[in-house]
Amino acid sequence: MTISPLVPIVLPLAAAAISLGLGRFTRLRRVVGITALTATLAVSVALLMATRDGALVVVEVGGWESPLGITLVVDLFSAIMLTVSSTMLLAVLLYATGSPRTNDTELFFHPVYMVLAAGVSACFTTGDLFNLFVAFEVTLVASYVLITLGGSRAQVRHGTTYVVISLLASTLFITAVGLVYAATGSVNMADLAVRLPEIDPGLRSALGLLFLVVFGIKAAIFPLFFWLPDSYPTAAAPITAIFAGLLTKVGVYAIIRSQTLLFGSDESSSLLLVVASLTMAVGVLGAIAQNDVKRILSFHIVSQIGYMIFGLGLFTTAGLAATVFYVVHHIVVKTTLFLVGGLIEERAGTGELRRLGGLQHSSPFIAALFLIPALSLAGVPPMSGFVAKLSLVQSGLAAGANVTVAVSLAVSILTLFSMTKIWAGAFWGAPIDPVPESAGQNDPETGLSALMVGSTAVLVAAGLAFVVFATPLYDLGQTAAAVMADSTKYIEAVLGA
Amino acid sequence: MIVVAMAVTIAVLYGAGTYLLLQRNLSRIVLGLAVLGHGANLLLLMAGGRAGRPPIVGLDEPSAVADPLPQALALTAIVITFGVNAFLLALAYRSWLLNRSDEVEDDVEDRRIAAAVARFARSEEAREKRERMEAEAQEPAE
Repeated sequence: MTISPLVPIVLPLAAAAISLGLGRFTRLRRVVGITALTATLAVSVALLMATRDGALVVVEVGGWESPLGITLVVDLFSAIMLTVSSTMLLAVLLYATGSPRTNDTELFFHPVYMVLAAGVSACFTTGDLFNLFVAFEVTLVASYVLITLGGSRAQVRHGTTYVVISLLASTLFITAVGLVYAATGSVNMADLAVRLPEIDPGLRSALGLLFLVVFGIKAAIFPLFFWLPDSYPTAAAPITAIFAGLLTKVGVYAIIRSQTLLFGSDESSSLLLVVASLTMAVGVLGAIAQNDVKRILSFHIVSQIGYMIFGLGLFTTAGLAATVFYVVHHIVVKTTLFLVGGLIEERAGTGELRRLGGLQHSSPFIAALFLIPALSLAGVPPMSGFVAKLSLVQSGLAAGANVTVAVSLAVSILTLFSMTKIWAGAFWGAPIDPVPESAGQNDPETGLSALMVGSTAVLVAAGLAFVVFATPLYDLGQTAAAVMADSTKYIEAVLGA
Repeated sequence: MIVVAMAVTIAVLYGAGTYLLLQRNLSRIVLGLAVLGHGANLLLLMAGGRAGRPPIVGLDEPSAVADPLPQALALTAIVITFGVNAFLLALAYRSWLLNRSDEVEDDVEDRRIAAAVARFARSEEAREKRERMEAEAQEPAE
């Protein structure tokens, strides 16, 4: 029996509708949401099993044959991304239901969160450029609502920046799709992979660059990242966590997919390497200058995106495999760090470093939960970040990109520095410790609920599991990279031999 | 001829949209995005090639029919642009309720850096002045 890639899109959408119908029954809505995401996770794992040996799952929606109809394609990379994203969505939803600051009792939180889940799944499964645009829009519209859910002054202000930038990117996206259609007469990605090499190479590069800008805005690469550190920290902690883990990575996924399948060339390789170095360096320098936990972490998202682009820019199978591993590691670690940031805020009432202190005495468990992913982010052995960075550096040296490798190593040290800044500011020193006012259901000692701490701890454990299972996971990344590097497989699977 | 006219229209829409987007009033930015969206939709439509008969199976020869795909794409894009623009308008209204002003505010970070630079320049100036005065005060003693 084959599993349809439609399921991870349809399930959360159905849950969104049901959730909307349930109105104010918050408890029932939580059950619906958690059930739907658990089922999505199960289906994603099944898809992962089906594609594990490099096979592709293709579905033509409505029975129209590609390249005419709407095609959904799942290769190993898509399946990996689906599995990781649905795990994160589930863990963050659990955290959000336990967190008094998330407003999960708001009328629209659950339905919109489900729509976000559907949109992210659609981004990872679509085999059609225009549907990628639609999937992006579904994800973005959900994110607009989530980021401005409280309606406070700061949220409206930074939310407006976010919406305007995203809308501009979307308009550019439609423009690019229109131009591609005018040039080739198709929007099906497999069909485009056949047709694009036949058009004028200059035109092809121009189109590729336009798509790189569009996806670059979403992925927050240099110099298109400026909106991210402003808008992300204003939302509630779990929402920032899911945005940090998934939304930019959807952009990275689109860059990887379009570069491997459609627009890859020697020119774009050197361009991507330069962009990657600048993204890494500028992001981490921005992080060093900040004094708020969430803002530091937001700048680190930018810096980390640089590493992913670095692996892609090498255009070798080893580099691509390292990128796949890095993306997975990053999604888990970054989401965890933002959730811990939320725990800190919940515990101490603020995320500003100069008003924090001594948390390692008052909440040693939070300190441990922070320390592990923080060291992993910086790439300290034996954490998962070390494995990810090691594989990147090795493939970079093998491909002769010595400058970018040097930059990436320097950025690692600076990452460690800014993590120690949070550590010294929030966990060391004398405790400044009025326990904040918090909802009645939570532990009166700390203001934290078991769900929040529990879901964060599970993610930390997942990050540690990456180290234990590094070899099989890396092999999986290698297979995914091999499938992507050989685009004839993709084309054959979609268009038929 | 019609192709040139459409190309000019699309260019004007993109130009006007970009100009409006660069203004400081949120309402103009919203209008700018709407205009840009129209430009993009027209571009999608034009990507399908020349105009033709309605694309209904069995009514006309396939060669006389207009390409239906860009029309479907444009319709989808119109719906999405419409929805998102409505949301943006609501957001702009909320922003006006909160601030009683339509201007997009300065970037906080930008202000902070500018203030820090100004402070640094002032302290440098003061230090130079002090050193000069100290040097002058020491001169007669020698």
